[in-house]
Amino acid sequence: MSKVPSAISVKDLYISYKTIQSYSIKKSLLSGKKSDSDVFEAVKGVSFEVPKGQILGITGKNGSGKSTLLRALAGIFSADSGSIDLHGNSVSLLSIGVGFQPKLSGRENIMLSGLLLGFSEAEIRKKMDKIINFSELGDFIDRPVRTYSSGMYSKLAFSITAILETDIMLIDEVLSVGDEKFKKKSYKKMKKLISQEDRTVVIVSHSLSMLNDLCDNLMWLHDGEIRMMGETSEVLPAYREFMN
Amino acid sequence: MLSRFIADCKKYMYYAYYSAKAELKAEVANSRLNWVWWVLEPFCFMLIYTLVFGVIFNHKEKYFPAFVFLGLTAWDFFNKNMHNSVKMIKNNKSIVSKIYLPKFILILSKMMVNGFKMTISCGLVVLMMIFYRVEISWRILCVIPILLTLFAVTFGFMTFLLHFGVFIEDLSNVVNIALRLIFYLTGVFYNVETRLVGKIPEFGIEAIRYGNPMALILSSLRRCLLYNETPEMVPLMIWLVLGIIISVLGIRMIYKNENSYVKVI
Repeated sequence: MSKVPSAISVKDLYISYKTIQSYSIKKSLLSGKKSDSDVFEAVKGVSFEVPKGQILGITGKNGSGKSTLLRALAGIFSADSGSIDLHGNSVSLLSIGVGFQPKLSGRENIMLSGLLLGFSEAEIRKKMDKIINFSELGDFIDRPVRTYSSGMYSKLAFSITAILETDIMLIDEVLSVGDEKFKKKSYKKMKKLISQEDRTVVIVSHSLSMLNDLCDNLMWLHDGEIRMMGETSEVLPAYREFMN
Repeated sequence: MLSRFIADCKKYMYYAYYSAKAELKAEVANSRLNWVWWVLEPFCFMLIYTLVFGVIFNHKEKYFPAFVFLGLTAWDFFNKNMHNSVKMIKNNKSIVSKIYLPKFILILSKMMVNGFKMTISCGLVVLMMIFYRVEISWRILCVIPILLTLFAVTFGFMTFLLHFGVFIEDLSNVVNIALRLIFYLTGVFYNVETRLVGKIPEFGIEAIRYGNPMALILSSLRRCLLYNETPEMVPLMIWLVLGIIISVLGIRMIYKNENSYVKVI
């Protein structure tokens, strides 16, 4: 393999939900003991490198830790041990909804999401129309997001991350967005986005055909551990066989 | 930690500001009269307290309605911020679970929203001061350190409520009760310096006057705005420093734990 600098380096990553459990004062007063703390390890000792420009797919059965891993990469979850190094790249997590404030209008939410993604006000204003056009929301853009249908919501979410481009894109099952027409359009846009040379992409999906179509490399997570990782053409058949 | 705090403030301050502005706009958008409520609500409470305590219980503070209204203005700011911070992470779940932002930015944004409402209410205080022809002097400048103390103390308490609100489900019930108690011990509708004399022991009065920052802030505000007196600067400065210390501890705690919040909610 040629020497390409890494965009993402993950070393011996452990993430669990054990230590923290919310409890209620009422319950602990009444029962006289602390609420049970379930130990659930979502990711167990995962290490990998993603070279700059690579498209990495992650798949695995439900509850295998895919989304947890993705969220950790996005900086939302803290690791219990191990490290994640993004080498200073900007990162965005594209899942259903970037995180909107339902009371606010679509336009205001674009601004807020953009600011959180690390763009300046001027940059966002410049791209505002492009985002609104792409989202096909029309007049709805100035109405509160809580009035949106779920399709419109996801369209807006997709448009924001698609137009405001970051160095690393993390994609969580996003292609089931909107109606047939928008789906095709977003798929095309996504393909264009992720095929750009210097963009690093991590996609979590159950759709094997999509992973086959888009990804250079594939990681198969099983119960929080990497079962197999390598070129898509190698890993995919093995996973397919396992699932059958 | 300090450098991280400053960097985060720079990076996210505009977000906090824009978010606060949008929230205020959204409140007004729902009904055009909504901004009137920002004035009307404290004004009506002032009328109620003036009637109940001024007439029925015969309190004789000078400029009693202004006395009550000024107290309510500062108390509302504190009270609303405390209420809001307990459920802050849960209410912002959609954002917090999708993207990283320093969680204290949510606090700053909320303080801006409530601070704006307080400013409107302060405008009414000024009107009342004009109405009563309150004598003013350079002492009015003491308002600045008093407000700084109010902001520092509020921010500090909010960081702790935000943190523990994530892990303790029924914290809001406890906070409600505590806030009600503090409300009565703050002297929104009576003067803590004079009304309690002879009813509870001396050290009790001292404890309320200086141990409860809100009581101190309210009486200081009244002294410098309504009665042309110098507020007690030493206890104020002590609370300012305490507020800053609490804030620093709170921010440190939030930085250490904030990425675990998502796992709980």
